[in-house]
Order: sequence, then C-alpha cells, then structure tokens
Amino acid sequence: MIKALVKILGLAALCGGGGIAHADLLGDAKRGETLFRDCRSCHQVGEGAQNRIGPHLNNIFGRKAGSVGDDYRYSKGLARMGADGLIWSFDTLDAYIENPKALVSDTRMAYRGMKDEKDRADLLAYLRDFSASPANIPESQPTARPREVELSSETLAIVGDKAYGEYLASECLTCHQRSGSNEGIPGVVGWPVEDFVIAMHAYKRQIRPHPVMQMMAGRLSDEEIAALAAYFEDLE
Amino acid sequence: MRLNRRAFIGTGVAATAALQAPMVWSQGRARVVVIGGGAGGATVARYLAKDSNGEIDVVLVEPAKHYYTCFFSNLYIGGFQDMADLGHSYGTLAAEYGVNVVHDWAVGVDRDAKTVTLAGGAVLSYDRLVLSPGIDFVDGSVPGWDVSVQNKMPHAYKGGSQAELLKAQIEAMPEGGRFAMVAPPNPYRCPPGPYERISMVAHLLTQVNPTAKILLVDPKESFSKQALFEEGWQKHYGGMVERIGPDFGGDKVEVRADTMEVIIDGNAEKVDACNVIPGQKAGRICEMAGVTEGNWAPVTGHTMQSRIDGNVYVLGDASNQGDMPKSGYSANSQAKVAAMAIRGELLGSSVFPAKFSNTCWSLIATDDGVKVGAAYEATDEKIASVSSFISQTGEDADLRKQTYEESLGWYAGITSDMFG
Repeated sequence: MIKALVKILGLAALCGGGGIAHADLLGDAKRGETLFRDCRSCHQVGEGAQNRIGPHLNNIFGRKAGSVGDDYRYSKGLARMGADGLIWSFDTLDAYIENPKALVSDTRMAYRGMKDEKDRADLLAYLRDFSASPANIPESQPTARPREVELSSETLAIVGDKAYGEYLASECLTCHQRSGSNEGIPGVVGWPVEDFVIAMHAYKRQIRPHPVMQMMAGRLSDEEIAALAAYFEDLE
Repeated sequence: MRLNRRAFIGTGVAATAALQAPMVWSQGRARVVVIGGGAGGATVARYLAKDSNGEIDVVLVEPAKHYYTCFFSNLYIGGFQDMADLGHSYGTLAAEYGVNVVHDWAVGVDRDAKTVTLAGGAVLSYDRLVLSPGIDFVDGSVPGWDVSVQNKMPHAYKGGSQAELLKAQIEAMPEGGRFAMVAPPNPYRCPPGPYERISMVAHLLTQVNPTAKILLVDPKESFSKQALFEEGWQKHYGGMVERIGPDFGGDKVEVRADTMEVIIDGNAEKVDACNVIPGQKAGRICEMAGVTEGNWAPVTGHTMQSRIDGNVYVLGDASNQGDMPKSGYSANSQAKVAAMAIRGELLGSSVFPAKFSNTCWSLIATDDGVKVGAAYEATDEKIASVSSFISQTGEDADLRKQTYEESLGWYAGITSDMFG
C-alpha cells in the first residue's frame, strides 16, 4: 500500500505538481455556506456580525461555551457547560449541531439537529473560516483532520495469532457487540485486517480521538493488534 | 509560463533550449539555484547536497557572509544572547557538503530562459529555482515610516544590526522615558515575535531604567499566546506595558521620525525610542520573478512548488501556503519537503507524503519560557493545521524553565540543521 502511494506521488511530482490530498479539510465550506441558510434567521457570522436571537458565530472555534460577551443572555445550561469547561471545537460543535439537546439539555436553540455527517462537516468548514487563522494564531483550532496513520510494511506484515486474538478480544466485546451491531458503538466484526491495524495504531498514537479507545489501544503491542485484527476479520 | 513540447518546437531559439535541457540532465549535473540563505534556503541547500551524492549542483545565493538569525534576536535585546552567537557562516555547507555558496544579491530571474542574474553581473542557469528570501516591508503600511527612517525608528525585524541599533536606543532612553512599538498587521513573520520583544524590552528596562514605560500600539484585536504574554507582563513587569488595540485607535497610527512622535488616532505621543514593525510582503525577488499574487507567492503544499511556475519553489515567510505561521521553524520544515520533491523530480528518488510541523518558543522573563506548536499536512487547497498545542497560563516555574531550556536546544538543533 505504501509503495503504491509512493509511486503515485513520484509520478505526480514528475508531472510538475498537483497530487493527492493527505489530510482532509473539515468539509466543503462552499456547500456549508448554503447550509448556513438554515441558521441565518437566528445567527450572524462574518464582518459586523451581531448577536440576534442567537449569539454571533465569529471566532466560535476555540470559544468557551456561553462566553460571547456583549451582554448576550444564554440559557442556564449553556452557561453551565461553559463553566464546566466546554470549548467549541469541530467535535463539540459537531455533536451540538447533530442534536443540540443531547449536549445541552435546556438549550434555547430551537433546532432539531442536522443528522447528516457530511452536512455538519461542510457547515462547520464554512464557520471555521470566521475564526482565527492558524497562520496568524498558531494555537487556533485545526482546519483539517490528519490522514490515517501509515505503517511500515513490517508492522502490517505481522501475521496475527488468532487464538491470542480471541483471548484479547474478550475485553473489546464488553462494548463492541459480537453480533456486529452498530448501535451506539461501532461494530468491529469482519473488519479487514489492514483497516483494523491502521485504526488501532491511530488510537495508540492518539491521532484518533476517543479517550477510552486511546487507553485501550495504548497498551497493545504491534503483535497484539495484529492478533486482534486476525481474529475480528474472520468473525462472522 | 511552463512551455510544452509543441511550444518548444515552435521557434528556433526555444528548440535549441529544448535540446540543451536534456543534455544538462543526462550528461551534466542538474542544477538547483537557491536564493536566500536563511532557515528555508540554507536547509534546502544542505539537504539537496547531502542526499544527492553529488548528483545535483547546488548553488546558494546569499549576500551576507555572516548570517545573523532573526530568531533569538529578541533574546539578544533582552540580554540573554550575545549577537556573536547568533551569527553563522556558510563554511561547512561549502566545504563539507559541496554547496556552491555565492555571496551576492540576486537582481533578476528569467523564468523562460531559466536563469538568475546577480548584482555582480553573473548569470546562473538553473533546472530548478528555490526562492527563500524572507520578507520585505509594504510601502505606506505605517504612514511616516519607510526604510529611509529605519535608523531613527528601527524595524529590527530582520535580525543583525537593526536589532543592535534598537537595543542601543532603548539603553540610551532617559530615566523614566517611553519606548513605543508599532506592531504589524497580519500576516507577518513570527506571530509571537512582537510580543516576545515587548517582554524582552521590559526585562531590559527593568534592569537599566525601571521607571520607563512601554507603549504597544497594535492594529490587531488579538495575537498569538496573548493570555500567556499578558499574564507574564502583569507578573514580571506590572504596570510597565500599556497596549493600545484597534478599539482605542491602535489601527490608526502614523509616526514622525524627526520629532520622535507616534500619532494614535490623531493624538501625538512623544516617545524616546520607537520600534516600527511595518506590514510585510514576500522578499522582493519573488515579485521580480513574477511568482507573487498580492503580497505573497502562492505554492502547493505537497511540494512547495510555485502555483505559477512548477520549476520554482518558494519557501518560508515569502510563500503563501495556508495554515503554517511564518517562522524559521516552518521554513526549515518546508525546506525538507521541497528538497525531497526536487530530488524526486531531478533524480527520480522516492517522494513521501508531505508532513510539516512548527513550534514557536517565546521567552517572557528569566527562565519563563512558553511555546505554541502545531502539526500540518498538505491538502490540494493548502497546508492545513491538523492539531495544535499551547503552554497554559499558571504553569509552574519548573515547567517554564524546562520550556526555555528546550528552546535553547531547538536553536542549536535548527542552526546545525541549516548550516551543518
């Protein structure tokens, strides 16, 4: 896989540039602008944006929840989330827009939620452009998601011991159902070995965010990950 | 500007050029001319020479025989570094890596003929050109200031003698006098730089002129590491630093060098020393080469190739690449990607996905260091930030000291990565 990638890139370079995107931008900001029409009756964003029914959304990325200032009055729940340390980021905004009441029970934002993941990503990519630019303020929030981890062929070539995998998998099956159900927690049954190994290493290196998975993967050796991968791939 | 084969065959002169180019390729060594010997240029020259086993003829054009890094020049102003220690020569690049170092100014680029003209009259042909000239200043950015008054109101934003001049002027201020800085608008080299400088000037004045005052006139609403700097100024230099942001006219400023006045939103303030850091643009050679759009040279993040001419690469401050801040660290990081891409093109070596990073350390006071950093990856649109971190307010003294010491280690590391 790595070799193939190298070949393609080499070719692109010889052809004088262009190439493959290695990181994914948050979403399609242009499409997000269209989606923002749904929000515009309450929220303003851009030059001269003011608080209206909802607070303005300039510099929302990195802002503490409930802290726009200028005497804007938030719901108690939103103010409390801010006091508890909720910082608006791609992930927290994504969760909020998907289902506002899931994150802030008594929010006054009368919006049922945007169910489509890509819609949310595009909307947030649009909004991200109205917050601080990383080129000027390096600590400001990312504008893209890192690509999946690449692994050496040696790591990928470790052939997992299924029996050992079965033993290790017992811990996983506490949350990830044996049936392969995707309800609430994603299923891992029948995953191709390579996808599994890459995902686990991404957690292990804390590139994929999720505290529990980072903790779980963090203590697995390369061989253990290979063993788990071999086990789950063959499960039906 | 890139010509295709048909265009070459079209005219006699071009056809000759087309026949000559592959000759250089197959029989002679391919030549890369690098303009600018700073964090981008020195690094790309060193990596190209080091990793090509002599198969690439690397020519580095840099006017200064001794290069003084702009990074750490604030620490010189604060008294934490000697200027001599910030100077580096190109002896090792020439002697150990075989880089052909030419101390001259590049005054012209002909992208059709693929040549660079030097002030001394020499004409260098290239297969690939790397521009890493750093910054120049935007005319009229601060009314009343231009380079003709830079000795009365130094910019001190290219390191070396300007930093020495500024420090001398601050030391010569009358007791209880006032120092002013006019901070630059975005985007500019080294986002925390002006604010680290304020910290270092405050540190210096605390030693030699403790009743002096500092006026920071800033056109920007916010800036990098703002909470950390403001906490530090309060803690170490309580009451010395006053910042005037755009809400109080910080964006409506002009200066009068002959009377040493700073005029903020129409109100004249008399000062005893004044550092004007104007708005910035790509080093002039980029404009001469015709690879700029607006103030900067657009590049693709996969390789740092100019979006206007694929035979030209632009590194560091001069480039417009996306999310990376303009910094020595960024330029050094970009140089390694460019070196890999150029070797791939000229020698067919492996090209891996571009990966970039940046960290900016700042010193607020003795042993009180902070840092900000991020990781970046290339997308087709731009180099994009994928994660970032920053020091926290209220960190304990041990961690801050450790961060400062880390910055010293970084300086040693990057300068040996640049100069060998």
